[in-house]
Amino acid sequence: MNEDAGPIFRQVADLIETAVVDGSLPEESQAPSSNELAAFHRINPATAAKGLNQLVADGVLYKRRGVGMFVATGAREQLLKRRRSEFADQYLRPLMTEAQKLGISAPELSSMIQRWEDER
Amino acid sequence: MTAVATVRDVTMRFRGHTALQAVSTTIEQDTITGLLGRNGAGKTTLLQLLTGHRVPTSGRVEVFGRPPFEDDDVLSQICFVKEGQRYPDAFRVCDAVTAASWLFPRWDGDLAEQLLTDFELPRTRAVRKLSRGMNSAVGIVIGLASRAPLTLFDEPYLGLDAVARQLFYDRLLADYAEHPRTILLSTHLIEEISDLLERVLLVDRGRVMLDDDAETLRSTALTVAGPRAAVEEFGRGREVLNTEALGGHARAVVRVSGPADEATALAAGLTTEPTPLQRLVVELARHARAPEPPTAPVALEEVPR
Repeated sequence: MNEDAGPIFRQVADLIETAVVDGSLPEESQAPSSNELAAFHRINPATAAKGLNQLVADGVLYKRRGVGMFVATGAREQLLKRRRSEFADQYLRPLMTEAQKLGISAPELSSMIQRWEDER
Repeated sequence: MTAVATVRDVTMRFRGHTALQAVSTTIEQDTITGLLGRNGAGKTTLLQLLTGHRVPTSGRVEVFGRPPFEDDDVLSQICFVKEGQRYPDAFRVCDAVTAASWLFPRWDGDLAEQLLTDFELPRTRAVRKLSRGMNSAVGIVIGLASRAPLTLFDEPYLGLDAVARQLFYDRLLADYAEHPRTILLSTHLIEEISDLLERVLLVDRGRVMLDDDAETLRSTALTVAGPRAAVEEFGRGREVLNTEALGGHARAVVRVSGPADEATALAAGLTTEPTPLQRLVVELARHARAPEPPTAPVALEEVPR
């Protein structure tokens, strides 16, 4: 895992959340176990379990006794909502900071975004 | 959590030298604890006390509820893999492994065979003729296959190459996940193993400097960078472990108490990032040796050439 990116359990939770958001881990499908996560990311199983438990506490995953953890119905919608609300802080802030440094105004920025969209 | 070992107010003196000074700690059951510290910090002495190789000058050491010294019931549950372990001269690799299999009640012979193959150890070669790294690998095979409820590795990778070290970490994690037990791992290669650790015990000059969850430690120190004045301002009233400046730009490792501190730093226009375990350990050791806490950042551009 990335040493510079904060608590490892949070990184584990973020990766699973991303998989739920992009659809590679569909709702009601089984999430990887803590041991699988530990082996894949080469991290302590307890840390992996902490990440999973965080997702259970957030209602993204739920436990089926003796079987494992599954993605809750509605988890994708819930995560999309949260990530949208965090979008400004996580992505707009650095963008605006750099734009200000370079003297790029907000209208200039929005036309840049438009051009970027058109070229795709 | 249940404690496998408790160390209470332990002092260990050798002739004219205090190796451990009033050390207290608890080793929790089914965790991987990293025992970190500089050379001569007292790591090996602590491991020797936990494995009954020594008796403390004062204080109390208990393992599985009893002092380990000369207690066969306790010692049969402990596997201590020493740095540069020696074996009898006549021993071949297979003899060392067989001897170990008699010693540990939970020995797994299949795992030992698998590990010997993985580490490419020649079974019939005399141990004394092995290279340093291969000698270390024999210790690792025994330590893992012992499945001992308390397994201690004292810098087990002497001479081991990067590939073999990775093999050790992978096998340790895999077997630990299948058969949870208490592992204490003394090491200098902090960066390599930090993700494996659940607990961290840092000793420095015979004293405990950190004793905490690895995850908690990751968020106890923030590396902030930005305009020098803003960095200095942020450091005021907080414990600054290290500051470096280049012109008007500065970077500091600062101990923080929570996410609110990070928000303060961001609001002050600083960039923040968590401090990796290795860096925290280095800065703490340096900080402990600093004659005076530096009041102003060390200005790199003023160093005479």
